[in-house]
Amino acid sequence: MTIKNSPIVQSNHVIEIRPSGQKNSTKIKDRIFQTVVLIWFSLFALVIIYPIIWLGLSGLKSNSDFFLNTWKLPEEWIWSNYQAAWDAGIGQFFFNSVFVTLVSVLVVLVLGSMAAYGLSRFQFKGQNLLLVLILSGLMLAPQVSLIPLYKLLQGLGLYNTYWAMILPYVAFQLPFSIFLMRSYFLSIPRELEESAIIDGCNSWKVYRHIIVPMGKPIITSCALLTGMNVWNEFMFALVFVEDSSLRTIPVGLMNLRSQLNTNFGIQLAGLAISALPMIIAYILFQKQFVRGLTAGSVKG
Amino acid sequence: MIKTFQNRRTAVLYIVPALLFILLFVFLPIILNLYNSLFRWNSFDAERTFVGLEYYGRLFKDPVFFTALKNNSLYAIASLVFQVGAGLIIAAILEDKLIRKFQPFFRTVFFLPSVISIAVVGLVWQLLYNPEVGLVNGVLKAIGQEEWARSWLGDSDVAIYAVVAVSQWQYTGYMVMLFLIAMQKIPNEYYEAAMIDGASKIKTFFHVTVPQIKEMILVGSVITVIGAFKVFDEVYVMTSGGPGRSTEVLGTMLYRSAFRNDEMGYASTIGTIVFVITLTLSLIQMKLGKSGQEV
Repeated sequence: MTIKNSPIVQSNHVIEIRPSGQKNSTKIKDRIFQTVVLIWFSLFALVIIYPIIWLGLSGLKSNSDFFLNTWKLPEEWIWSNYQAAWDAGIGQFFFNSVFVTLVSVLVVLVLGSMAAYGLSRFQFKGQNLLLVLILSGLMLAPQVSLIPLYKLLQGLGLYNTYWAMILPYVAFQLPFSIFLMRSYFLSIPRELEESAIIDGCNSWKVYRHIIVPMGKPIITSCALLTGMNVWNEFMFALVFVEDSSLRTIPVGLMNLRSQLNTNFGIQLAGLAISALPMIIAYILFQKQFVRGLTAGSVKG
Repeated sequence: MIKTFQNRRTAVLYIVPALLFILLFVFLPIILNLYNSLFRWNSFDAERTFVGLEYYGRLFKDPVFFTALKNNSLYAIASLVFQVGAGLIIAAILEDKLIRKFQPFFRTVFFLPSVISIAVVGLVWQLLYNPEVGLVNGVLKAIGQEEWARSWLGDSDVAIYAVVAVSQWQYTGYMVMLFLIAMQKIPNEYYEAAMIDGASKIKTFFHVTVPQIKEMILVGSVITVIGAFKVFDEVYVMTSGGPGRSTEVLGTMLYRSAFRNDEMGYASTIGTIVFVITLTLSLIQMKLGKSGQEV
């Protein structure tokens, strides 16, 4: 009995073992793969996050602390560094940046959504030409326009004013926003507007009461992207404005660097203050950011 | 079609304000730039002397111009390798079913630097590269490679690599995000079929993932290369083209010619070169984009 039975038991046993054995080996492979990748990605994440954290923490250090304990937490948390950086000029730069960004975003959203509406709903001769003309603004490098714009703004008497930044920012941000909004507006179903028009609405009412409310998601994305690009812009702000009282944050920080040459704590606090709004905005509105960036696949 | 939407005059009224902005501040300057490059002129002098194409001749004999071209090309190559190449691999791994649950965390972290101003990033890295207090030398010391430590931005042999590395640090996560979105549109059946066929992860990557997001890879590559020829902020902030002229790129060379040396005509010729390069690349992108509208 035992002799007869045993092969059956054994074979059963083998059959049972084989698949689970295979499973085990792939499981081990998967584990190794997972572990290796997680280590690699964690290191990469550390390389990215650490400088940002270092920036925030070093901004809280005294100068000697900064030199002696680059790695450690601050010996004494000097929050007054942030206050000092703010008073040294960051406060003014911050206000300038907020103003320039808000006005630019507002103008881009209003003019951009109107143009996108015109290009997505109306049918007329020369439509494609206009579209191509506007979208080709997407590919032009701002350096090419730098010197002529500088002379143009001087000629218009706008050089060294907020408008010397706002007007070029609006012009350079419009093509991308129009591109994004137009493709979104095209996907809004027409039935609603058709019945609105039959009810006697004109095209402006359709724009105000149908297109703008329905287009809110893409308008939010455009606001965030435009805001980010304007907040971070450097070259135009460097060239078109020369009064320190009009400088936006990125250029102002350059001034601060030469002013506070040796006080690293305050310098880093200033850098942290200027990076923070975008980091917070990104974490809060990640979805809208990503939608805008991927809908266009264009680097700011 | 509805009559309201066939009125050409109303349509134009909606479009004209935006169009005027673009024509006046984007297109007109480009034409002016071409014209400006034919004259010798200074920023505070009304007088201009016509020099024709003289400055173009000078540019092509200027060794700094070739340094700049070389540096921009280095930027382009490094960005293709890291942002497009490594970005693609990282994105594919993040989409792997074993890693996917960690994806939201990693993609958020990787993307984070691309929302910060390039100028701020440049200033931070200038401190990280600082030979005395910087973290880079600190890390090298900690891992026992002290002989590698150096003044990264002060050494003309390595400065450009140090500057290029910062861009990779900042923008690789951006490309990862673009690739992830493209990959999420690939139908799951393709992966299931590959699995049933017993294809390895590497084979699946080359035979399913890459061909499926080919358009995005091409477009991403062109965007990256165009970006490499637009570089200005990080170089200006970190080295201003130095030490010597070793890290000069077209953008900083233009800035220096115009606003340091006050040779506006010469600076404009550099502008024209940037225009020609970026336009050519953009036309390539448009051609590629046409073959796959849904990118």
